[in-house]
Amino acid sequence: MSGKIRVLMAKPGLDGHDRGAKVIARTFRDAGFEVIYTGLHQTPERIVGAALQEDVDVIALSILSGAHLSICKKTMAALKEAKVGDDIVLIVGGTIIDADISKLKAMGVAEVFGPGSPIDAGVEYIKTRFKDEPS
Amino acid sequence: MGPIDEIKTELIKWAQKNKVSELPGAESDLGRPLEVLYTPASIDQTDYLEKIGFPGAYPFTRGIYPGMYRIRPWAMRLYSGFGTAEDTNQRWKFLLKTGNNGVACAFDLPTQMGLDSDDPEAEDEVGRVGVAIDTIRDLEILFDGLPLDRIVSSFNINAPGAIILAMYAALGENQGIGPEKLNGTLSNDILCEYVSRGLWVFPAQPALRLTTDVVEYCAQKMPRFYPFNIRGIIMREAGASMVQEAGFAFSNAIAYIEDAVNRGLDIDAFAPRISFFFATGTQIFEEAARYRAARRVWARLMKERFGAKKPSSLLFKFTGTVGGSYYRAREPENNLIRGAYGLLANVLGGTQGMLHPAMDEPFAIPTEETAKLALRTQQICAYETGVTKVADPLGGSYYVEALTDQLADEIEKVIRTIDEMGGAVAAIEKGYMQQRIADEAHRLAMDEKAGKRVVVGVNKFVDEAVRKRKMSFHKFSSSMLSRQKKRLAKIRKERDNDAVNQALARLSDEAKGRNNLVPPLIETVKTYASIGEIMGALKAVFGTFCEPLNI
Repeated sequence: MSGKIRVLMAKPGLDGHDRGAKVIARTFRDAGFEVIYTGLHQTPERIVGAALQEDVDVIALSILSGAHLSICKKTMAALKEAKVGDDIVLIVGGTIIDADISKLKAMGVAEVFGPGSPIDAGVEYIKTRFKDEPS
Repeated sequence: MGPIDEIKTELIKWAQKNKVSELPGAESDLGRPLEVLYTPASIDQTDYLEKIGFPGAYPFTRGIYPGMYRIRPWAMRLYSGFGTAEDTNQRWKFLLKTGNNGVACAFDLPTQMGLDSDDPEAEDEVGRVGVAIDTIRDLEILFDGLPLDRIVSSFNINAPGAIILAMYAALGENQGIGPEKLNGTLSNDILCEYVSRGLWVFPAQPALRLTTDVVEYCAQKMPRFYPFNIRGIIMREAGASMVQEAGFAFSNAIAYIEDAVNRGLDIDAFAPRISFFFATGTQIFEEAARYRAARRVWARLMKERFGAKKPSSLLFKFTGTVGGSYYRAREPENNLIRGAYGLLANVLGGTQGMLHPAMDEPFAIPTEETAKLALRTQQICAYETGVTKVADPLGGSYYVEALTDQLADEIEKVIRTIDEMGGAVAAIEKGYMQQRIADEAHRLAMDEKAGKRVVVGVNKFVDEAVRKRKMSFHKFSSSMLSRQKKRLAKIRKERDNDAVNQALARLSDEAKGRNNLVPPLIETVKTYASIGEIMGALKAVFGTFCEPLNI
């Protein structure tokens, strides 16, 4: 175990725009995290399966189609079903309007990065979140 | 001493006298250093008749038509679609009323992926980013009140593109309108999906077969229809530079043309109906020069590489747009202005049509109000600025001609690189285009973070006190999924399911052979077979694409 923070960058649903996912994945890698990218067209169940297999600390979802509420609901449900709802941090980025942020957090999403988020916001959040965790 | 040498001498004197070497440097969008000044000496190697010429004449640098906008301005459209066919039909009628020419159809993700609205993998996405089309019934409703022989319809759909074309032809038939009267475009550009848009289904070889089936069918039966709208925009919006956009799009086009020519199609039978869709940022002169360069490169490619003889086979016809990635969420009103400048670049570049993004593009698909503002941006440019009065108004600018020469060379270099890799399909299967684009996207992000790339209101002139403007966004109707599923269930119940199954079996057999699949697809869609059922039958024969995973 290397002690690096492990992040799964995932593209759930059918949206195929991966520019954000790839750029943010690189910021994570440059910050010293271990990053695994799922590729496109993943279902919430497959994402959680991959997260368990890769033993990640964070799942980062990239959603640009507007389907974030239903996708995150399913992802949280899959995490709870796998009994890792409290162990894996779920964050999401994409075209998410402000009005939906509180709804997502109420579901259990740890942080939301909507349009206009600074490029390092994800890195900063993860670093702060895992600051005091034993590696 | 000739006139050019005299200019060079005087230029040196002017530069020394005015300490021009102490001026801050400037770089092009691609990072190439720009001269402080361009003069006739900068382009003295550029033969006017050979390289620049006249609009409507080889190599078409100055425009593809002699008259350009004297005859009429570029076609103004807004890409639109959402919800059910009724919802989109209503929005289209509004857009046509406010002055849009024709419709540009946005399909939802399930439709583009060949999934029905009742597919469990589809339910989160039905009707979100475009209209949900399951069977020909949806297309009937979509075009209700819009006679097919009087409307120009552009369809942005790729993996199941042949099915939508079949539905459109069948719909025309049902309305008593022959396919030869149908006017519109199908993007039919699967290679771009593999690179940057992700809405692929089949592997490259069967996907190319379907692509050429569409081209062949249109060449024979639908001569007014454009069977290609080859997109640079997708790759540009994924991060590609203005040169990569053109180089990769042209490489993809080469792959399509080679497939069609290898099948025995005559280049001049379909080349006049190839069109492109490109995007720009807001660098006015460079973007305009890039389009001039693209026209020259394409004309040369078609003439010298493919031996096209018809003048209309040599034309780089394109729809332009301003890339939504250049818009920002912060102070969204600024996007109206970015849009106007980007539009100007496209118009000075000689675009045939514009799909202009609305100011709320960073957040959602447009409302009626923001869609109208996007159209007004175009109308004001066309009718109030005078830029349409004379063709290629930037022609002869020493700067723009020098940029045009440079960009043409760069674009051709990209094409050569892809050629050396074995062509577009090989490059894509290796993940080469995808990697170059991801690298460029990363560089742009880092440049913006460092402030090297200025975005007003975001990394320069930041107003910390700016309160987020109250905006109302397009509201997604959560009832539309159940409406759509109900309709589909009713159709499945009421149609002749034996006829559906027979048609699908015939289609499957044909797919295993080498015949053109468009005629059997037309027969299949008439039975009210769904897109999901048809794609399912084809997937069983063709398989699915394996994505190269690289960040």
